Amino acid sequence: MTTAHHHPIVPAEVSQTLGARLHGWAVTVDHKRLGILYVCFGLVFFVIGGIEAAMMRAQLAQAAGKIVDPATFNQLFTMHGTTMVFLVGMPVLLGMANYLIPLMVGARDMAFPRLNAFGLWLFLFGAALLYYSYIGAQGLYGTSAAPDVGWFAYAPLTNKTFSPGNSTDYWILGIMVSGFGSITTAINLLVTILVMRCPGMTLMRLPLMAWMMIVVSVLVIIAIPVLTGAQIMLLLDRSLGMHFFDTQNGGSSVLWQHLFWFFGHPEVYILVLPAFGFFSEIIPVFSRKVIFGYPLMVAATVSIGFISLSVWAHHMFAIGMSPALNSFFAASTLLIAVPTGIKIFNWMGTMVGGRIIFATPMLFATAFLGIFTFGGLTGVMLALVPVTWQLSDSYFVVGHFHYVLFGGTVFGIFSAFFYWFPKATGRMLCERLGTWFFWLLFAGFNLTFFPMHISGILGMPRRIYMYQPDRGLELWNMLSSLGVVLQGVAVALFIWNVIRSLRKGKIAGNDPWDAWTLEWATTSPPPEWNFDQVPTVGSARPLWDIKNPTDPDSNHEGSI
Amino acid sequence: MTSVSTLAGTALPELWRPSRGKTGMVCLIAAESCIFLTFVVAYLFYIGKSATGPQPAQVLELGLVIVNSIALISSSFTAIAAVRMLERGEQKKCWMWLAITIALGAFFVGGTIWEWSGLMSDHALYPTTNLFGTTFYSLVGLHLFHVIVGLVLLSTVLVLGLLGCVKSRHTNAFDLVSWYWHFVDAIWVVVFLTVYVIGR
Amino acid sequence: MRFSWFLFILAGCWCFATTSASAVGEGTAVVCAPTVQDATANINAGDLNMFNPVSVPAYEIRELAWLVFAVSAAIFVVVEGVLIWSIVRFRKRAHETGEPVQVFGSNPVELAWTIIPCIIVFVLGLATLRTIREVQLESPPAGALEVDVIGHQWWWEYRMPGTVADSTLVTANELIVPVGRPVWLNLQSADVIHSWWVPRLAGKTDVIPNHVNHLWFQAETVGTYLGQCAEYCGNQHANMLLRVRVVTTEEFDAWRTAQMQPAVVDESVAEGRACFLQFACMNCHTIDGISSGSFGPNLTHLMSRETIGAGVVPLNPTTLRAWIDDPQNLKVGCNMPSLKLDAAQLDSVVAYLLTLK
Repeated sequence: MTTAHHHPIVPAEVSQTLGARLHGWAVTVDHKRLGILYVCFGLVFFVIGGIEAAMMRAQLAQAAGKIVDPATFNQLFTMHGTTMVFLVGMPVLLGMANYLIPLMVGARDMAFPRLNAFGLWLFLFGAALLYYSYIGAQGLYGTSAAPDVGWFAYAPLTNKTFSPGNSTDYWILGIMVSGFGSITTAINLLVTILVMRCPGMTLMRLPLMAWMMIVVSVLVIIAIPVLTGAQIMLLLDRSLGMHFFDTQNGGSSVLWQHLFWFFGHPEVYILVLPAFGFFSEIIPVFSRKVIFGYPLMVAATVSIGFISLSVWAHHMFAIGMSPALNSFFAASTLLIAVPTGIKIFNWMGTMVGGRIIFATPMLFATAFLGIFTFGGLTGVMLALVPVTWQLSDSYFVVGHFHYVLFGGTVFGIFSAFFYWFPKATGRMLCERLGTWFFWLLFAGFNLTFFPMHISGILGMPRRIYMYQPDRGLELWNMLSSLGVVLQGVAVALFIWNVIRSLRKGKIAGNDPWDAWTLEWATTSPPPEWNFDQVPTVGSARPLWDIKNPTDPDSNHEGSI
Repeated sequence: MTSVSTLAGTALPELWRPSRGKTGMVCLIAAESCIFLTFVVAYLFYIGKSATGPQPAQVLELGLVIVNSIALISSSFTAIAAVRMLERGEQKKCWMWLAITIALGAFFVGGTIWEWSGLMSDHALYPTTNLFGTTFYSLVGLHLFHVIVGLVLLSTVLVLGLLGCVKSRHTNAFDLVSWYWHFVDAIWVVVFLTVYVIGR
Repeated sequence: MRFSWFLFILAGCWCFATTSASAVGEGTAVVCAPTVQDATANINAGDLNMFNPVSVPAYEIRELAWLVFAVSAAIFVVVEGVLIWSIVRFRKRAHETGEPVQVFGSNPVELAWTIIPCIIVFVLGLATLRTIREVQLESPPAGALEVDVIGHQWWWEYRMPGTVADSTLVTANELIVPVGRPVWLNLQSADVIHSWWVPRLAGKTDVIPNHVNHLWFQAETVGTYLGQCAEYCGNQHANMLLRVRVVTTEEFDAWRTAQMQPAVVDESVAEGRACFLQFACMNCHTIDGISSGSFGPNLTHLMSRETIGAGVVPLNPTTLRAWIDDPQNLKVGCNMPSLKLDAAQLDSVVAYLLTLK
């Protein structure tokens, strides 16, 4: 064994000048720094996207609201959706994976560190391009500045005829460029997991999060290029006068929908599977039990990956597909509920018989189980084509996917943030503030999104800047808007917690949660080279094996 | 601190892990294939849907394209030969095969430009003319763009080689470039089938 | 911990039930309402609840929705119950030390929770197939009234057979159909994608350019049924309102006969007619025998309609005048410009349009 190592909690760079430190962050190829940058930029956009949402809810708090004009409102929901999917979900999740995966598989860094840095800056450039539209896209005829075609940008609304000016071009280019960043990151993650695993780490000893990231990376590699291809076509239409989606010249708006949703539905799993990965690490540690049914979890993840590529047209049940196609996509959509259900049951099976510690990460994980079950069940309802003929493009759908994406992805992100913050910074987040944050967010979340299901059933379509009074919608919309206030307070508390804990948080030590995966075997924060020696593992829980030498997991491998 | 070193040193069976570069290249090729897939789907979707203007059967001629295709596909074999030669340390022969590969690729690019200029001048088929023009130029053009990227990569290897910077130990890296080139060739087969066989 | 959430859902369900009940009452009120508008009443008030159907396909969908809601509620209660039980039962107690028994999995248990969901989704799948077969027809039902629906940014055009062979009745924004007879809609779009959704009559179907879609319903109760465009179609998507008046067969025949009459020519408003022709009105609007624009709604029998601007306001002399003066005041961003008429021109055009009964 080499000499003892003391990695200072406060990095040596503190003594450097501000310029040198910024330069250090700008040219870094360290996966941990890049991961932190991803998460920070993602959270900035989370706040921006949240402000956009709050403005929409202010407008909709009352019938025939007059806070913003229709053009602005249409920009708000376009930018909110685009921001939350591409500039919050993707970078934060991929950024966390970027930080954690090399540590979890016992690697020195990602497989392609420079490509990794390139991916981050591509994402940031794409994001900047999208938001630059607010000032740069003032087109002819006094048309809108920011994109206002919805995050799905259905043709032919995106055609030059109906969307003059440059706003839609900014949408195309911003998303395309950040998409290139996502593809490079996915390639990097996949190669890292497959190639850079430490000795002893067979595929069935990978942390479950690594398994989820394998599937996510494959989905990114398959799905994002399809969006890129469709966006290239749209760009050719708009700038060179081609006719891919030009319905006035025989082009098809249905083709755009097929291409967009062939990307769009796997995208939902790209956004939720990493969160599943976080929970698969967090729930066992706080239940003090090994994950229930590791092989089945892997199988369920892989089958979600496969099935998710064949469900895209359930976003298109109202476009008048043939009964045969409608039935096929209903069946595949119902089928995907099975592996998703298996995961929920396995997590609950992990909790049963455990000694559950309800620290903030576990609060979010538990709430996720309840909320995601609800969102999953409304998803089952929406798989039934005739029910979707009524409810598609209504607020019911808005409620549904926020239960899935907020309750799944965002709760996953916050859970992971509380869980791995000590590893990344060396300090704990304040548990008391964290508990307040959780309960406020939980209450605000339900208050905002549950009433949306009812608004939808009462006939309120999505993407309307005002609704008619006396249709029974006022109460539900007011409740939704009030919920935003709670969520806003919660997020403010969270930011305060982060700022305060960075300076005054309790020193974490290497392994504050008494956890079992490799990232907890190194210092907090880890040195630039991650591990002093290349670790070797004998099971999926190497640190459990060390802490319980009499009953190592390797004794149980293959027993189920 | 739980010392990682307690984890180290246990005797373990050798763990098979794939090559970093090859896995990365396979992923890149998969992603690129999906972009092509999108354009192929659009092409197939719009076959016969052009209301006006020249139709594929009226304007597409097979003669030149077949010569072109033969050139491109044989360039894959010359690329394999070049990699073999580098592996054996016969650098001069490697540069020769590589130069032939580049020449064949350049011939393909020239041939495609020739075909396009004919379509534009003789048949007034432009990307904006109709759906056929739109899908034809974009699919073939996307492939052409990839051929050009491949040529740039191959030329870089050749220039570095002639400068004396490429040794036998670089075979793996050169092999990856050749994989990309094979991918560009394989995609051409798909494009050819789509445009000149199914679509014509 | 989860209890508050349950309370919340229970409260939600209760509120929902009461709203639905009161909505049913409102629905009846709409049916019996006299045709003369109460000036203060909100013409767009009403019930759009999919659980309060009045038409054949909407009934079918409601049955399926109740089935899946019930199944989901049962699953929800079981799953949340187990979750709460494990939270309460397996919370770490202060006296507990050491690690609990490590259970790596159980084949029978995992097999059970794989197979049971499979069976449930299989049953739901069969029910779905059955309802798709019943609701999604390939051709019009026997005796159906065929109506062409053309979506425009941001209004609806309706075309149906007139009273004599090969004649066409053209109207806008308000669809009048007979009770008890199937109605077959051919959905087309003049510009972007819209979606025709009147929840109490049928599910929605998108209105897509270059792609004719079909939708049918058969209303069982006389009344006015509301809806609105359900696919984002640009600036005024929110005000692309739908209004279907289901009337008795006699009323429908009388209405159709009236609609087929030529436009009223009243010499006392010749000045307004001249104004209509002199300004750009005629470029977009058709009035039979006067003009043949097709960009905006047909105005031949304008005054037979209840609303203006695709339903944004009730139609009466005051709103009509305000609309013509500056449509952007009532519907920001709509495609009809203000023609900057002076007060006299405005009065004469309004007076003319008011004669178009």
